[in-house]
Amino acid sequence: MKTTGKILGALAGLLMAGSAYATDVKIGVMNDRSGIYSDIGGEGSVIAARMAVEDFGAADKGINVEIVSADHQNKPDVGSNIARQWYDTEGVDVIADVPTSSVALAVNDITREKNKIFLNSGAATSDLTGAKCSPNTVHWTYDTWQLAHGTGGAMVAAGGKTWFFLTADYAFGHALERDTAAVVKEAGGEVIGSVKTPFPGTDFSSFLLQAQSSGAQVIGLANAGGDTVNSMKQAAEFGITQGGQAIAGLLVFVNDVHALGLDIAQGLVLTETFYWDLNDQTREWSARFEKTAGKKPSMIQAGVYAAVLHYLKAVEAVGDKDPTKVMAKMKEMPTDDPLFGKGVVRADGRKTHDAYLFRVKKPDQSEGEWDLYETVATIPADKAFRPLADGGCELVK
Amino acid sequence: MFELLGIPPQALFGQLLLGLINGSFYALLSLGLAIIFGLLNIINFTHGAQYMMGAFVAWMLLNYLGINYWAALFVAPVIVGITGVIIERLLISRLYHLDHLYGLLLTFGLALIIQGLFRNYYGISGLPYQIPGVLSGGQNLGFMFLPNYRGWVIVASLIVCLATWFIIEKTRLGAYLRAATENPTLVGAFGINVPRMVTLTYGFGVALAAFAGVLAAPIYAVNPNMGADLIIVVFAVVVIGGMGSILGSIVTGFGLGLIEGLTRVFYPEGSAVVIFVVMAIVLLVKPAGLFGRAA
Repeated sequence: MKTTGKILGALAGLLMAGSAYATDVKIGVMNDRSGIYSDIGGEGSVIAARMAVEDFGAADKGINVEIVSADHQNKPDVGSNIARQWYDTEGVDVIADVPTSSVALAVNDITREKNKIFLNSGAATSDLTGAKCSPNTVHWTYDTWQLAHGTGGAMVAAGGKTWFFLTADYAFGHALERDTAAVVKEAGGEVIGSVKTPFPGTDFSSFLLQAQSSGAQVIGLANAGGDTVNSMKQAAEFGITQGGQAIAGLLVFVNDVHALGLDIAQGLVLTETFYWDLNDQTREWSARFEKTAGKKPSMIQAGVYAAVLHYLKAVEAVGDKDPTKVMAKMKEMPTDDPLFGKGVVRADGRKTHDAYLFRVKKPDQSEGEWDLYETVATIPADKAFRPLADGGCELVK
Repeated sequence: MFELLGIPPQALFGQLLLGLINGSFYALLSLGLAIIFGLLNIINFTHGAQYMMGAFVAWMLLNYLGINYWAALFVAPVIVGITGVIIERLLISRLYHLDHLYGLLLTFGLALIIQGLFRNYYGISGLPYQIPGVLSGGQNLGFMFLPNYRGWVIVASLIVCLATWFIIEKTRLGAYLRAATENPTLVGAFGINVPRMVTLTYGFGVALAAFAGVLAAPIYAVNPNMGADLIIVVFAVVVIGGMGSILGSIVTGFGLGLIEGLTRVFYPEGSAVVIFVVMAIVLLVKPAGLFGRAA
């Protein structure tokens, strides 16, 4: 009996020596790796997650992090299958990124059901921290409410009282239109029409023509990625802005502006929560990112970095990866990272930080390939995101 | 002012014209597909990727060599056409004795590889390409503002489509081509190099796709998936027109552009589907397509 105890003790000692790490964490970065959102997320988000693990020094702190990735092809059914497989059979603890709102909402439900953690950076729908909020989800980077109030609010304040929407015909587009329309009406403006465009689309000229003939002062593009590039390009071609109508790009990423070229994009007002050229810290990080990725980071990729970093800090603080405890810690600890600065994760899962109203530079103002924005205004964190009480989230009491 | 189902006629005319412009792209692309299918019996799924290559080559010519849009209209199709010739010689020519399915799988695989390569090097967001100075601006037609560039697209595509139709249907060269599809052995016996003719035909079909790609570069996003988004619609156009029918693909290309344009006015949500609805109906009523001959 005594010998058996000794042997067991020795075995246990061996096992502990064999696994040098106290906690094994597996993070699955799920996003669009080949379609229209693969530049703003894609492999870049995986690189960002790896950078977070390295910068945190996870290995030295006794946390062994493995990162896996998958392509959800912007399809909720594909995303759901990957999420179930990851959680059920592959031991994934955290799913990160997940652009495309319809997929994000599906992963949100599954994560809650399996009691894991969902660090969303890529999706826009404000429902993730509103009607569909979950104790297992953190929504990091941006959302439709914030975009609507940032860009929409600025346009109405600048005199754009009547609006016409070109809306991508799926969950994200609908949410963005709904949220922006609310801002417009609240500010005394009026929505005089909207058209739902098939997603993804190539030719937007018919819809632009409808917007043009509506006589609206502002044409709101409630779309993203290639849809935005196509509609902006064609709006320029049809002389929409020369005709006195303003274009509001409600979700425009730095990659889209880069793809459009400053000739077409100049003067466009947009909201983002991160831009590589904000300060020394963002420039330093972005330069390191560019070395691996070959281009500047989008705010989504920055969000993946910051969210993974905060998660790892929470795991370190708890000393365990139990999802309930880690989520509680993430909400309790203030966030602090080089990209978004200081912030908090609220009870509803919303991460808040400053947002920025940018204007796209004129070609002669730009000093480099990625020198695209000038900052018009900084929207403080408490104004940038929907007030906690207004979201209708069941976690808020 | 009268209204048609609540739509003022100005808006309607504008939409019809836009439909016609989209139809120009459908016609150019489906024409290339029809020629390749008619003469090679290959369902060229690489067509969308070759259209994309046309746009990218135009961008590369401009940014690396300073060659402008007008020169690119000729140079890019030639370059992409040559890559088509190489693909035909190296790969496709080995499949002629096999079932259609093998050609389809090969070209589909090639399309994925080509798109993947471009995505790897250039990303998905796309590249900027400006409208040439001469064609910027537009005309006020009373019922709509027609950008000059769109007018040019219709004209260029009509000229190329009709010229192609004329060459294949009305010239001696076209007669050889058509004869070679009926009976390659017999045509070869007259001293005509049939395999070379077939290779060049594939190259020409591919060049047509690249030409459409250059036309598209200033107005559509130039990105690796631009062809993949369009090619499915174009296949539907070819099926509706009748596989391999030259005139059929031109007429249905423009016609379906119009139908799609109308759908965008009356029921925008359905505009992505309407062509496939038409396809289903045509297949039910006339399985060989509107202009096709029953096998």
